[in-house]
Amino acid sequence: MSHPSTYTPSTGIERWFDARMPIPRMMHDQFLVFPTPRNLNYWWTFGGILTFMLAVQMVTGIVLAMHYVPTADGAFDSVEKIMRDVNWGWLLRYAHAVGASMFFLAVYIHTFRGLYYGSYKAPREILWILGVLILLLMIATAFMGYSLVWGQMSFWAVTVITNLFSSLDALIPGLGTSLVEWIWGGFSVGGPTLNRLYALHYLLPFVIAGVVILHIWALHVPGNNNPTGVDVKSAKDTIPFHPYYTIKDGFALVLFLILFAGLLFYAPNFLGHPDNYIPANPLQTPPHIVPEWYFLPFYAILRAIPNKLFGVIGLIGGIGVLFFVPWLDTSRIRSTSYRPIYKWFFWLFVVNCLALGYLGSQAPDGWYLFFGRVCTIYYFGFFLVLMPILGFIERPKKLPGSITQSVLGPQGSHPAEAPPHVAQEPAREGAA
Amino acid sequence: MMSAVRTAAAFVLALSIPSLALAEEPGNGHGPVIKAQDWSFAPPFGRFDKAQLQRGYRVYKEICANCHSMRLLSYRNLGESGGPGFSPKAIEILAAQAQVTDGPNDKGEMFERPGRPSDHFRSPYANDQAARVVNNGALPPDLSVMAKARPGGPDYIYALLTGYAKPPAEFHMTQGMQYNKAFPGHQIAMPNPLVDGVIPYTDGTKPTVDNYARDVSAFLMWTAEPKLEERYKVGARIMIFLIVFAGIMYFSKRAVWARLHRRDGTHQA
Amino acid sequence: MANPDSSTDPSLLADDDPSRRDVILIGAGAFAAIGGAAMLWPLLDQMNPDASTLSLASTDVDLAPIEEGQAITVMWRGKPIFIRHRTAKEVEEGKDIKVDSLPDPLARNANLPDDAPATDVNRAAAEREPWLVMIGICTHLGCIPKGQAVGDYKGEYGGWFCPCHGSQYDTAGRIRVGPAPQNMYIPPYEFTSDTKIKIG
Repeated sequence: MSHPSTYTPSTGIERWFDARMPIPRMMHDQFLVFPTPRNLNYWWTFGGILTFMLAVQMVTGIVLAMHYVPTADGAFDSVEKIMRDVNWGWLLRYAHAVGASMFFLAVYIHTFRGLYYGSYKAPREILWILGVLILLLMIATAFMGYSLVWGQMSFWAVTVITNLFSSLDALIPGLGTSLVEWIWGGFSVGGPTLNRLYALHYLLPFVIAGVVILHIWALHVPGNNNPTGVDVKSAKDTIPFHPYYTIKDGFALVLFLILFAGLLFYAPNFLGHPDNYIPANPLQTPPHIVPEWYFLPFYAILRAIPNKLFGVIGLIGGIGVLFFVPWLDTSRIRSTSYRPIYKWFFWLFVVNCLALGYLGSQAPDGWYLFFGRVCTIYYFGFFLVLMPILGFIERPKKLPGSITQSVLGPQGSHPAEAPPHVAQEPAREGAA
Repeated sequence: MMSAVRTAAAFVLALSIPSLALAEEPGNGHGPVIKAQDWSFAPPFGRFDKAQLQRGYRVYKEICANCHSMRLLSYRNLGESGGPGFSPKAIEILAAQAQVTDGPNDKGEMFERPGRPSDHFRSPYANDQAARVVNNGALPPDLSVMAKARPGGPDYIYALLTGYAKPPAEFHMTQGMQYNKAFPGHQIAMPNPLVDGVIPYTDGTKPTVDNYARDVSAFLMWTAEPKLEERYKVGARIMIFLIVFAGIMYFSKRAVWARLHRRDGTHQA
Repeated sequence: MANPDSSTDPSLLADDDPSRRDVILIGAGAFAAIGGAAMLWPLLDQMNPDASTLSLASTDVDLAPIEEGQAITVMWRGKPIFIRHRTAKEVEEGKDIKVDSLPDPLARNANLPDDAPATDVNRAAAEREPWLVMIGICTHLGCIPKGQAVGDYKGEYGGWFCPCHGSQYDTAGRIRVGPAPQNMYIPPYEFTSDTKIKIG
């Protein structure tokens, strides 16, 4: 967006199209020649992986929707029919279920990458906010999708999470209950609830796709961040996205697919919960209601706070705080690679999130509850206390002069030759 | 290089913690510890043992089906590949042994007719309430996906069926319940369904409770996952494809980047 | 030109082994294409009838209540099946034609070889010539012909008449006049007793 277009249509068809609608031009400028920092590491491949996973979920979801029955009586059996009778149904269902987990694995890695390298700092604040918005939409979509199985966990997860809204009764009497009954479409979770969850689960991925387009747009205005956090200073710092990053993203994607396939074909229910193979029973609550693994950290935060209303605020705040990160972090330095003190706290934060995940799967009593509270305090403390303070008081390491210098070493700032012009190119090949 | 090792270690660590959380260790407050068994269908190269599935079906049909429904299964499933492998004739006979409610006929009445391969397994009771009445208020659960509906799966089912024992001295038993080592809480409403010799096996397998339990557990794993063998087979092909593909993509990536590295004198190792 | 910094444009950078690079990239492309096709197939195949639909293949019909001259319609695989207990006169009319002169000379009977001629014997139930069991769908564009009910207009040949475009079938369900290209199809069926048939 910020670079002049370099597209010159070379065939008649391209010229015809270009004169009428600049789509090929846009594809060329944004995804073929887009100048990308030359030093991106493999943590940068997850954006492409996420786009692929969104497509996988949408396609498998649409074909599953051809067979799924969104009624309280028919839902569980229709899923089993897909597993048993529909041609390749078992593959499509497991792809969609395991795919959701893979989608979250990728989005968490992608988010942590952004945190580590300061990709949220100016001028990429909107990019970051759109990303958090996508995460929020993904959470909503995944929650609704899991409910559609209408197993015991589906039913009771919906009951528990929607009941959280009744905490608003503490603010305005009756407001929470009305809201919850409005969500349910009845006096308890039932058929009407399932139907509307299905409608919204089908809708939201298209909203996600739209926000993803905005996310890529917001990225392409300033261009990608890079592991040094140092801005692109000249054309020497960049390489065209194609073929360098198309092939690298492709390689990373195949590795990711190996993990996806390993789970899908050999342990498809490993990340799930056996209770969801029990048809929903409104008269019997499972002994331990747990959400899917990707919600466990937030679940731990919710249960760590003893007050119902504040627990809900903590749950929402756990994601809400992410929106403010560009302003909470006061450091002038983007990349944690050059922030030796902050680095320790960052990795401690990562371990803290993993710990919250584990604690979310356990019953909230005894030592589990104690550490759940400790980890919740660190979670919010990291954003609200450490980020602002450390930015001020820390002394960062010296940044490289440029991206090229960080790649090539000191001689990179004194190149043997200036960037060769096209016509002279063949003669200029040689060592820097 | 070291940072790659560090990040790989971090990744493995990240994956291991959720698996700690998820490994359904029935011992940590969720129920008794269940011993893992060897099964012919264990991933990644396992297969079902057809003879075992046929024996397990017999155990289900003659013992369990008296109280437990299996409504997601049809008789035709018994002949599909990856399963017990009954012949079409055998399936017709097995299906016809059941009386299935059909109708209404032209007179407006429901009527009973012999089962067909396309029929679902007939439930022993008309509905849940009828089931409870006969079973002292307890509802024998449907067994179609039982091997996936309990932590430990077939290990748990085997442990349960072989876990009936006298309660320890201080253990207080509620009236009408049975003590079982594997059942969470140790008190189960189902009386011990198996006893040595209750089903005469015809293929030489010893007719012991241990074998009945193993065979019916394997059978229940098949009823829960009839596509297991196909899943492993397709999985093997796809894994091989992806691993070769990953190798090709790795060398492709290096080939594309080689030019850049050569120009800059930053050859990759 | 393609890139602000042409020094990194790979098509312009020399390489000491372009052929090896091309081979590996062709391999990558081939694998991607194979992978894409493999992913596509299940997405298409899942729309085919599933196993439970395919299993609902048979219907049993009790013929005892059907008197001579009567006809009933039953459903099989979602299609109407015409069962007519023909009178002796209808059977005779069915026999009274040279098969070669019919618009469709083939029996179209799933219980017989594909090239069996459309004689009345080949159209009717084996060894039970008064019985005609037929898929009641006009072979033109799929309407359900009239002729089952007592008051229906049966066309000039006493069989069935399709009101959509005027195809007329005879008492053996063979097309005689009209746009329909083929005789109405006979489904696979057999008599399981003297008075019962199993279709499919």
